[in-house]
Amino acid sequence: MAKKAESTLKNMLLALTLIALVASLALALVNRVTKGPIEDVNKKKTAEAVTKVLSVPDPNDSTKMVPIYKDYTVDTVTLTDTIKGKPTEFVLTRYTATDAEGKVVGKAVESYSDAGFGGRLKAMVGFDAEGNILGYDILESNETPGLGAKAGQWFQRDGKGNVIGKNMNEKPLGVKKGNEGDVDAITGSTITSRAFCGLVNTAYKAFLTEKGGNEQ
Amino acid sequence: MKAKEIIKNGLLKENPTWVLILGMCPTLATTTSAVNGLCMGLATTFVLMMSNIVISLLKTVIPDKVRIPCFIVVIATFVTIVQMVMQGFLPSLYESLGLFIPLIVVNCIVLGRAEAFASKNNVWHSMLDGVFMGLGFTWALTLLGIVREALGSGSFFDHNFIGGADGMLLFILAPGGFICLGLLMAAINRLKKS
Repeated sequence: MAKKAESTLKNMLLALTLIALVASLALALVNRVTKGPIEDVNKKKTAEAVTKVLSVPDPNDSTKMVPIYKDYTVDTVTLTDTIKGKPTEFVLTRYTATDAEGKVVGKAVESYSDAGFGGRLKAMVGFDAEGNILGYDILESNETPGLGAKAGQWFQRDGKGNVIGKNMNEKPLGVKKGNEGDVDAITGSTITSRAFCGLVNTAYKAFLTEKGGNEQ
Repeated sequence: MKAKEIIKNGLLKENPTWVLILGMCPTLATTTSAVNGLCMGLATTFVLMMSNIVISLLKTVIPDKVRIPCFIVVIATFVTIVQMVMQGFLPSLYESLGLFIPLIVVNCIVLGRAEAFASKNNVWHSMLDGVFMGLGFTWALTLLGIVREALGSGSFFDHNFIGGADGMLLFILAPGGFICLGLLMAAINRLKKS
């Protein structure tokens, strides 16, 4: 067996530098291969979420959902919302959906709340042009499995706390507990439910914002 | 002869989870379902195998005093490769394991095998050690995942078998992880003795 390299300054520098160089080279190569697919995956995920929250049941076959739009544009909205009495700044991504004639038929907003039981709760919320909730999709959640994590189904059309179809013009969402609103909270997960209502309300503010400024 | 021993060591005699009790953080965190456990195990196996091979090849050129940073760079490289490939080609898996993939870098099994085995043995044996330590970790995680998923969500590899009823939530959460791990560890060590 060859003799082991001595721990001289020269050897140590050489070994570390060479290993780091080779490692970065290998990573650069892999990155070139995976960069495209990763971008595609992220784009597809966003597009799927937008489709999901801006769809209505097919009038002929109610088990199928059909998107209400033809195309959408993306912009970011900066707004200030009052969360627990404190003004909080939000920077949200908004997808403005248009039909074949270019008329705005609805908007989807990527909104979040930091008041979840496990921290940030992030969801895509879709509204039609009149401000009715069309759908939502939880994008990021650290809620308790079996309790708060039910938020993905609970507030859907066939869930117990259905919020789909509620008009946001009338009043903001709130849970029934403490007379905050008329949404049935998830059993045992009032905190998650409050966070969910909060993020929908924030999303609606973004929906109302005329022009976010930064077109993408 | 030696190869046989290495295989036995990894799978049972010195199994990283049941006997060495290393890498407990990913063990408890990713075994909420059998599939997650299996995939985490396989990702770790790949990293273990590759880093063991490379470190064994480099063992004579790495000076002793800088061996740990060198090992970490090698391990981190392979972990990053796994992460990027998974993100690009297995997005749903990446979502459920997400946070724990980069943590393989500091998984004590990987660094432990590099330090204790690969830096002292030849390439062939190091590769075997990496593969079978990894597989030992994989079957431990999968078994734990199967038990926790069955009790916690009432399903087996995502196939529900209790209908609409709820599972015992405790077993999906951290305390259930500890309970299952402890009981399985006891059972396996009892079986090993007889």
